Amino acid sequence: MNELLLDVQNLRTSFPSAAGRVAVVEDISFQIHKGEVLALVGESGCGKSISAMSIMRLVPKPGRVETSARIFFQGRNLLDLDVPDMRKVRGGEIGMIFQEPMSSLNPVQTVGAQVVEAIQLHEKATAAAARDRTVALFKRVGIPDPEQRFDAFPHQLSGGLKQRVVIAMAIAMRPKMLIADEPTTALDVTIQAQIIDLLRELQEELETGILLITHDLAVVNELADRIAVMYAGRLVETAPRQELFENASHPYTQGLLQAIPGLAKKGERLHEIQGVVPPPQEWPVGCRFSSRCPIRLAHCADQPAPEIERSPGHISFCHALEKEAVA
Amino acid sequence: MVAYIIRRIGYGFLTVLGVLFFLFILFFAVTDPDDIARKAVGERAPPEVYEQWKRNKGYDKPLFVNTEHGWLSGGRYTDTLLVDHYTRMLTFQFGQSDADDALISKRIREGAGPSLMLTVPLFLSGMAVAVMVSLFVSFFRETYIDRMALVLCMLAMSVTILLYIIGGQYLIGKVLHWFPISGFDPDPTIVYKFLLLPILVGLVNGLGADVRFYRTVFVEETTKDYVRTARAKGAGEIRVMGNHVLRNALIPILTQIVVAIPFLFTGSLLLESFFGIPGLGSLTIDAIFGNDFATLRTMVYIGALLFVTGQILTDISYTLADPRIRLE
Ligand SMILES: Nc1ncnc2c1ncn2[C@@H]1O[C@H](COP(=O)(O)OP(=O)(O)O)[C@@H](O)[C@H]1O
Ligand SMILES: [Mg+2]
Repeated sequence: MNELLLDVQNLRTSFPSAAGRVAVVEDISFQIHKGEVLALVGESGCGKSISAMSIMRLVPKPGRVETSARIFFQGRNLLDLDVPDMRKVRGGEIGMIFQEPMSSLNPVQTVGAQVVEAIQLHEKATAAAARDRTVALFKRVGIPDPEQRFDAFPHQLSGGLKQRVVIAMAIAMRPKMLIADEPTTALDVTIQAQIIDLLRELQEELETGILLITHDLAVVNELADRIAVMYAGRLVETAPRQELFENASHPYTQGLLQAIPGLAKKGERLHEIQGVVPPPQEWPVGCRFSSRCPIRLAHCADQPAPEIERSPGHISFCHALEKEAVA
Repeated sequence: MVAYIIRRIGYGFLTVLGVLFFLFILFFAVTDPDDIARKAVGERAPPEVYEQWKRNKGYDKPLFVNTEHGWLSGGRYTDTLLVDHYTRMLTFQFGQSDADDALISKRIREGAGPSLMLTVPLFLSGMAVAVMVSLFVSFFRETYIDRMALVLCMLAMSVTILLYIIGGQYLIGKVLHWFPISGFDPDPTIVYKFLLLPILVGLVNGLGADVRFYRTVFVEETTKDYVRTARAKGAGEIRVMGNHVLRNALIPILTQIVVAIPFLFTGSLLLESFFGIPGLGSLTIDAIFGNDFATLRTMVYIGALLFVTGQILTDISYTLADPRIRLE
């Protein structure tokens, strides 16, 4: 295995609410190796973005990453870094791509200037040199007429082009890792495929590790080496991609897989998980999926789900599997 | 863009013509020239004096139709108060004051200087202080610094300006003897002594509302996605606020302030009259109390002109601040 790049241990991020602080992300642990793509999958509201922002230490106030967590990036705990060092990590060593290309660029600045800023924040490059590099980056991410596009304002570009600008900005400093938070969700289907292809090319070329956040398992299939499935602020299952698609063991993962049109077996009806994700204040103390689980046991809602290793690298958090393992 | 501005100026001109008609009705039909004349020469003056005064001021003509001219003569419709009113105003020949015989345009020229000396520094310093304080406050949003600042703003806003004036005059003029309580001397070496206190009072008076407004704009802006992007590429808080947030916040702020710029010229009614500054604010107040309808009419007309100008300037400044807006 390649060297370890990111090692998140017991991430816990909370927001204040009427009933005290509520952890919207709890006890999340995962690892990403150099050049590896880990997909973080789960329904909207389950805490994927907050997990990503926690790594960048950009959780919006009054949210807070609990200090019991550790986020090792290349051996250093990001939660221990002082502000200037953390700033060097952001954009310098970890690049980030966001879901909403429409709003994630500054509307009153040219797209070129925004990429130039990303370069000049991290190294002393002359305006001309930074401009040349930006144009080259634009070319690399597939923006036609990069020279002219440099001086365009965001509103003059399509959603797909804007997302390419954001990607150019994220890879400008050749970071070791990219965090892509639903990079294709807001785009047309054809554009989605192009952006996915681009991310794969860049990943191979730059050998970056990628944390790919998505609620769409189809995207995962194209890009991910490993998959971590989240539900209501916790991990429920993590496994290599192939293993997860073939041998998903957690009832939530199985439900997700059955809901994908392309993956359901012939003759099988597309299946949807009943109900919706409850809001953080209503999460059960035990297994959080218990309120919607088709194979719920008596104690599921009261006791946290145990960690079960199904096979090397395949972990599942489920009471029902525990019984099976013992039997 | 140029076509748009020309069209806007055209509309503005029509608006001004409308305001002039409204003024005519107000000052000549509602308050007719006889009332003005009686107030000017006194109730008991003999009829000759009264008629003579009206003739001198040009108030002796009929309102709309002059029957002294024949049916086919042009003068029947042009030799009237209405036409005189429009020609005077549009050519800026405002004529004489009703209260005395001074030329109104000369008064305005004399008053503009002191007014501008008061309002321009007040406007600029008020904006600079409000922007800095609110940037600072929104930097510490949701902390006790922010909440304290908001409470102070509310307090400052709920105190009437009269209290600031009286308090300022008492404290700085009477107790500390730093500046004169009121008065004016255009000598550039000492004029600041008369201006500092009113500027300070104006500043304190406007600050609460301004800081609250700017803070709302800034805080709203800091929650936008592009701010998160800027942070994610490694920008520090100062750069985020000073570069990205400030530039975007400029757009809502511009509408608020550009429209006020032309009115710097007309001065401040309250501050000028309380501090005895002989500017256009004082001129207007004196006209109100002195039944000087000619001056008052002129000042209202100038106000309308400035308002229309402010609107056009606002539109233009929008296009400069926001690349998404193209005027068509
Ligand atoms: N600024 C915030 N204040 C309070 N709660 C928040 C905030 N942002 C997100 N949350 C809560 O955190 C949970 C996870 O949000 P998020 O990470 O954005 O979900 P996802 O990206 O998986 O759709 C949600 O339930 C949401 O209610
Ligand atoms: Mg999200």
